[in-house]
Amino acid sequence: MALVLNEEQQMLKESAQGFLAEFAPLAELRAQRDAGSETGYADSLWGQMVDMGWAAILVPEAYGGLEFGHVGMGQIVEQTGRTLTASPLFATAVLGVTAIKGAGTEEQKTELLGAIAGGEITTALAVDENAHHAPAQISMTAVKQGQGYSLNGAKRFVVDGGTADKLIVAARTSGEAGDIKGISLFVVDATAAGIEVERVAATDGRNYANISFNQVEVAEAALLGEEGQGFKALSATLDAGNIYLSAEMLGMAQESFERTLQYLKERKQFGVLIGSFQALQHRAADWWSQIELCKSVVLKALQAMDESHKRVPALASIAKAKLAEVAELSTNEAIQMHGGIGMTDEYDIGFFIKRARPAQTLFGDNSYHTDRFAQLSGY
Amino acid sequence: MSDLNAFRHETRDWLEANCPPSMRESTQGGEDMCWGGRNFEFASEEQKQWMERMGAKGWTAPDWPAEYGGGGLDKAEHKILKEEMARINARPPLSSFGIWMIGPALLKFGSEALKQQHLPPIIRGEIRWCQGYSEPGAGSDLAGLQAKGEDMGDHFIANGQKVWTSYGDKADWMFCLLRTDPDAKKQMGISLVLFDMETPGVTPKPIKLISGSSPFCETFLDDVRVEKDQVVGDINHGWTIAKYLLTHEREMIGGMGMADVGSETMGQIAARALGVDQGRMNNPLLRAEVAKWEIDGACFALTAERVTDEVKSGHGVGATSAMLKYYGTELNKRRFETLLKVNGSDAMVWEGEASNQGWLPRTWLRTKGNSIEGGTSEVQLNVIAKNILGLG
Repeated sequence: MALVLNEEQQMLKESAQGFLAEFAPLAELRAQRDAGSETGYADSLWGQMVDMGWAAILVPEAYGGLEFGHVGMGQIVEQTGRTLTASPLFATAVLGVTAIKGAGTEEQKTELLGAIAGGEITTALAVDENAHHAPAQISMTAVKQGQGYSLNGAKRFVVDGGTADKLIVAARTSGEAGDIKGISLFVVDATAAGIEVERVAATDGRNYANISFNQVEVAEAALLGEEGQGFKALSATLDAGNIYLSAEMLGMAQESFERTLQYLKERKQFGVLIGSFQALQHRAADWWSQIELCKSVVLKALQAMDESHKRVPALASIAKAKLAEVAELSTNEAIQMHGGIGMTDEYDIGFFIKRARPAQTLFGDNSYHTDRFAQLSGY
Repeated sequence: MSDLNAFRHETRDWLEANCPPSMRESTQGGEDMCWGGRNFEFASEEQKQWMERMGAKGWTAPDWPAEYGGGGLDKAEHKILKEEMARINARPPLSSFGIWMIGPALLKFGSEALKQQHLPPIIRGEIRWCQGYSEPGAGSDLAGLQAKGEDMGDHFIANGQKVWTSYGDKADWMFCLLRTDPDAKKQMGISLVLFDMETPGVTPKPIKLISGSSPFCETFLDDVRVEKDQVVGDINHGWTIAKYLLTHEREMIGGMGMADVGSETMGQIAARALGVDQGRMNNPLLRAEVAKWEIDGACFALTAERVTDEVKSGHGVGATSAMLKYYGTELNKRRFETLLKVNGSDAMVWEGEASNQGWLPRTWLRTKGNSIEGGTSEVQLNVIAKNILGLG
């Protein structure tokens, strides 16, 4: 497949640009934060996105979705990186849909995917249990009890953990921390007895939560996929998550670059525009080159998901490692080249660095994915 | 579609009948490339046959017009030819600055007479070309070149010194930049001229490089007669063509970032050299360095692919050759620094088995020139800053 967008994908990208500029620009994030919002977005936003069809893009037509594909969805998510738009799009329409589509029974798919596409439910994926991403290290337990399971353990830094209707939880039905076998996925009502949710206020003002499970009883039907075989679907969901985080970081990198480039053409010191200094020109040119590399790998990874290509895991790690590196470079350079004004809260550029770091860290940072890439490559 | 299918079958049959067995073995790099020309020493009779057969068919320059001896293939046919050659692992029949550089410039800017004169022998591999651009005082500041061509009516008399002439001692003709109007502003007053290296007064002298090899020459021009009908484009307007050729050169050199170092990946080479214990390469820092290189290498290869696809689909930005040249050459230098560490003291061996007769250290040293030739990395960054980012 050629590494270019087709006409429909290009149109979706432009429609996302228009929508976000109108309903969720960066100024909206600032307004939400200043108003003390716990989510970082207006209550009405998700309904509008659902009306746009965004919740249904990855849902197969058979379950009431649009089945428009990952390249299309990637364009939307990339644009949300430019406007730093928070919403349930990532946790629900990407992670939730991918996990349920990949592991769910026919019944679960019919019920849950349809409800997601229609905007009736939101989801959150609860994986990590400490500050470092390590999916195989899961120690939370799910013990068979009567006709169902009893869940015990705690999850950290769950995206949308405080607002989602359904939690998709990775817990251990057998084995020990470190074993890939024995991990199972469950779909749990967020209101189930024994669940405690503690909101986490993070640098980006978004909606994270630490969640503890104390003898949470769920029915057998809550099991997503086969008992003990959840790691495969979990990995595929995390791969998708990392590719979409990469797409979002691509948007952030481009936007912080373009805002900085504009500043280099406006700001005068020593009687000239600072963009006339070669020291800054070369750094800007290198930075731009790095972003060009990022565009290619993100598009390739999205296409690979659409083709169910066997290189998806490797491409997910390549994309995440590279984008985490370049998002870090971009947000650091943006502040340095803006100088003193870049340090002020009043100026918007600082929002990018505060969103970039959680995006880099979530589901494995640069070092995690460089290591994973090496393992996948046999060394 | 059936036409293309027929073309594929004809091509397959022809290659099967005409590509000699030894030309289907992988090359070992520079040594056994075929450069052609008047004085070329072929490595084998089959190498010569392969060049001549492909040249006669025009497939040394598959997409050049048939009227000049080229293959006259359209994009789809050209792609099929490449695929069918790859299928039998056929070597390139001819490596040639004529095909890569001056030929495309002649097709775009040259007079009909120049095309008729020069393109057919380039395609047949009969004439080998070299480039006379840089001078001792004009490297990055190429437009500051001083070699002059004095107007004598129907010809110029050229005097000056060129440097970094690739294979100048082996080439038959030179395409050369001369200052033909000393009074004009810097970029004006330059002409692109062609002359035979056997013309009296042309003296190429090989330069020995830090790698020990001498692929470049300095070329002295003493009262060299250059005919006016050998000027490409208009007199004093050669700079536009020179820039076009530089872009071409950048694309060529940029592609080297991903050039093969054999059939193994960097990771495989490193795993073999350092050993793997419980699935992880020994030496964790080097393992990370190798993985980071492979990640950047993959991103760069995808970028080259994307740029090509964008140009094909008509929405390319065009000016990305500077980025590919910059990043590709820096990546290639990084690769060889890492390969050096991966191979330890074996990589320092200049002559002997351990480093394949010095292949690794010599190639490593040669890569240092990648980010200098064809415009330094710093010049590429200037080009990006100015032409793409609009920073003045």
